[in-house]
Amino acid sequence: MFSRHSDLPFERDQSTRFLPWIVALMVFLGALMFAAALVVSDAVDTWDSSLTGRMTIQIPENETPGDTIPKLTEALQTVKDITSVRIVPDAEARALLIPWLGEGVVESGLPIPSLIDVEIDAGSRIDPVLLQARLAEIAPNVAVNDHRAWLSALIDLARTAEILAFAILALIASAAVVAVIFTTQSGLAVHAAIIELLHQMGARDSYIASQFQLQALMLSLRGGVAGGAAAVIVLLFFGWIGRGIDAAFLPSLSLSLLDWIFLLLVPAGAVTIAMLTARVTVLRTLARMP
Amino acid sequence: MLRFENVGMRYGVGPEVLRDVSFALAPGSFHFLTGSSGAGKTTLLKLMYLALRPTRGLVHVFGQDVSMTPRTELPDLRQNIGVVFQDFRLINHLTAVENVALPLRVGGAKHVEIDSHVRELLSWVGLGERLDARPSTLSGGQQQRVAIARAVINRPRLLLADEPTGNVDDRIAVRLMYLFEELNKTGTTVVIATHNNALVEKFGHPILRLDDGELSVRRKLDTKETS
Repeated sequence: MFSRHSDLPFERDQSTRFLPWIVALMVFLGALMFAAALVVSDAVDTWDSSLTGRMTIQIPENETPGDTIPKLTEALQTVKDITSVRIVPDAEARALLIPWLGEGVVESGLPIPSLIDVEIDAGSRIDPVLLQARLAEIAPNVAVNDHRAWLSALIDLARTAEILAFAILALIASAAVVAVIFTTQSGLAVHAAIIELLHQMGARDSYIASQFQLQALMLSLRGGVAGGAAAVIVLLFFGWIGRGIDAAFLPSLSLSLLDWIFLLLVPAGAVTIAMLTARVTVLRTLARMP
Repeated sequence: MLRFENVGMRYGVGPEVLRDVSFALAPGSFHFLTGSSGAGKTTLLKLMYLALRPTRGLVHVFGQDVSMTPRTELPDLRQNIGVVFQDFRLINHLTAVENVALPLRVGGAKHVEIDSHVRELLSWVGLGERLDARPSTLSGGQQQRVAIARAVINRPRLLLADEPTGNVDDRIAVRLMYLFEELNKTGTTVVIATHNNALVEKFGHPILRLDDGELSVRRKLDTKETS
């Protein structure tokens, strides 16, 4: 008989009908933004870790008399923190250029430099300028390529995109807050007579606020689940498409288990924001009553 | 129990609807509040049940100066005041039982306790067969009895009723007055605002008389009013 949760007839509110749709849209967009930020973040971490530990030594073709490469290799092996030194075979070096220049050009006797791949101990850093100066004593025109340097701009761009995604997420959350405030204030106006009655009976502000909070929970939960489910479908679709793309530099479009767990924070956050916003709005309004 | 000292009340910049109202109600007393329409009865009742704060003067409820009482403590005072509104103010989407149970729910009573009390009281006011009816399906008199049951369900220390017998026949009116008297005998202070001079005369309780915003306390009706 007393199973009713609310003394207020929320089900008759026209304004509350739109809230689940608004929350669903916000959660959908928010989840996509969050997923984009996670994908970019994962990609940046991958680039960062894979490129921090490597360098390439490049020796122009005209500087490779018989003993230069062995001398350089020997010198590199004595450098602290270098864990591995590998001479890149000429065929492998040429193969790297074929996608860019075409097989005909590469195989037509194009002079290409000799390459030495160097692996550095994880967590250590070697100053490429100092290393180059040291190696120049053996081969004056030797060049040390620190992959981090020429990818740093790309990483900066990715980081900016990541920040932008979080900023958009914050804007979406702000829009959700405004929508909940509007709906709650509308509910307060519609139910003013009953609220006044409850107030007169000695209902504390928190008693009335709890009813609005529960209503916000139910509506936002409905919207959150719908929006979250739609986002999952879209993200799985993108992940499926991403598996067919073979591009070394593009970030993987599939999410890790941890990413999926983080994504659950979006609908959970939307529901929490809706509840807290409704509660604060009601408490602030009721505080003006005698 | 309730004390007004030189209370004045005006709405906005309008004229004072109550002027220098001073009186005290002893615990367990029973008063009628009379006066012509527009004399300020409803405003006085609103001040008594803390829906308004006076423009000037002091209002003491249960020994507390209302103007000095923090807002967070007012609900405790209000939970001890039962009010029967002239327009009933029943909640249309709730049943009779749920309407009557509201003050108990607001006060945090358990559902099991609420159930038996509410059913018993509604049966006592003659609505035992309409427990689950919604207000829109009840007659004016039945709605009034639900409103009265709601006001007395938590045995308030102070009961204020605005024309509580206005929509019921004489037999039910007398029965409701007996309910108020029974409640009064258990210690509840009662103030009934009414135009029903026959009822005032029959029950013979002291009268708070409002005329054009000014209050006087009388033992009984004037001869002119009884005629």
